[in-house]
Amino acid sequence: MADKLKFDLVSPERLVLSADVDAVQVPGAEGDFGVLPKHAPFMAMLRAGTLSVENDGKSQLFELDGGFVDVTPEGVTVLAETISD
Amino acid sequence: MASLKELRNRIASVQATQKITRAMQMVAASKLRRAQEAAEAARPYADRMGAVLGNLASGITDAESAPKLLAGTGSDKRHLLIVATAERGLCGGFNSSIARLAREDAKKLISDGKKVEILCVGRKGHDVLKRYFTNELREPISYQGMKSIGFDQAQEVAERVLSDFEADGFDVCTLYYSRYENVISQIPTGLQIIPASFDTAETPDLGGAAYDYEPEENEILDALLPRNIAVQILRALLENAASEQGARMSAMDNATRNAGEMIDSLSITYNRSRQAQITKELIEIISGAEAL
Repeated sequence: MADKLKFDLVSPERLVLSADVDAVQVPGAEGDFGVLPKHAPFMAMLRAGTLSVENDGKSQLFELDGGFVDVTPEGVTVLAETISD
Repeated sequence: MASLKELRNRIASVQATQKITRAMQMVAASKLRRAQEAAEAARPYADRMGAVLGNLASGITDAESAPKLLAGTGSDKRHLLIVATAERGLCGGFNSSIARLAREDAKKLISDGKKVEILCVGRKGHDVLKRYFTNELREPISYQGMKSIGFDQAQEVAERVLSDFEADGFDVCTLYYSRYENVISQIPTGLQIIPASFDTAETPDLGGAAYDYEPEENEILDALLPRNIAVQILRALLENAASEQGARMSAMDNATRNAGEMIDSLSITYNRSRQAQITKELIEIISGAEAL
């Protein structure tokens, strides 16, 4: 479990969260999915729903109002207009 | 030579002005910090958005199927200039330098036989430009009395622009705003937002893997491009807000210093004429006493 995933959660007004995490659960437009380290490059639209960030057995929840996610070998970026914890 | 009373009044009035300009400078300085933070906080989103779109756009080879927001309508006859300025004056050359850049570009486009329309965001730009253009100006968007600019305002502008684009109102859209460099330098900039332009240079290294898209590439692009317009507008508005406060701060700093110099020179004149008057009175008394 040494591998971590570099995760950024960004809204137009600020950078909400930038951290190394174990996994993220994302509400994709065509179904929820999880991203673990070393995920293949992937880009998806998001629907309104809950984003869950898991790190060291703890999870942090964010409510999103749609947006999109970009998974690259460097990490995961979630761009969403409105974010609330 | 002005009388002593006149001089005293002038000194008092310049002092009052100096108080106002100093207060404005301090208010601008504290607002600047907040505006600067907001502008910097908005950068990651806009940068990521640009990188992602650049990525997607470089993958699209078939120009025919590309969305119009990306590829353009195929002509460049009709231009829409969005001129973002401040709501208030007293900020040095801030508003006029943006308006001047937009005006020069508009003049050039018109003399090239293009059709130009101007949409002002912020009252001041409209006030300046209406002296030069009449038919080209659209109804301005104003945020007077609004405390801070957020995504909602940018979205509102973007929606207006996009619905017009969909109704085939124009071909090219350029956004004019002032890029915030630092307190003393703000650079008026024109940025073309429709058709979208980005640097495709920094494509991340995918390690040979192919990008997966969900839903389809074109669908994502269709959803992202309008959002990108809103983000670019938001960025421009936030940069503008920071630039405005920076410009106001240095303008008011200058004004305060000029008022100080003026008070100094007025005080010297005042003291000299007061002394001259005392000397004159003494001479009169002494020569009167000698005559006895």
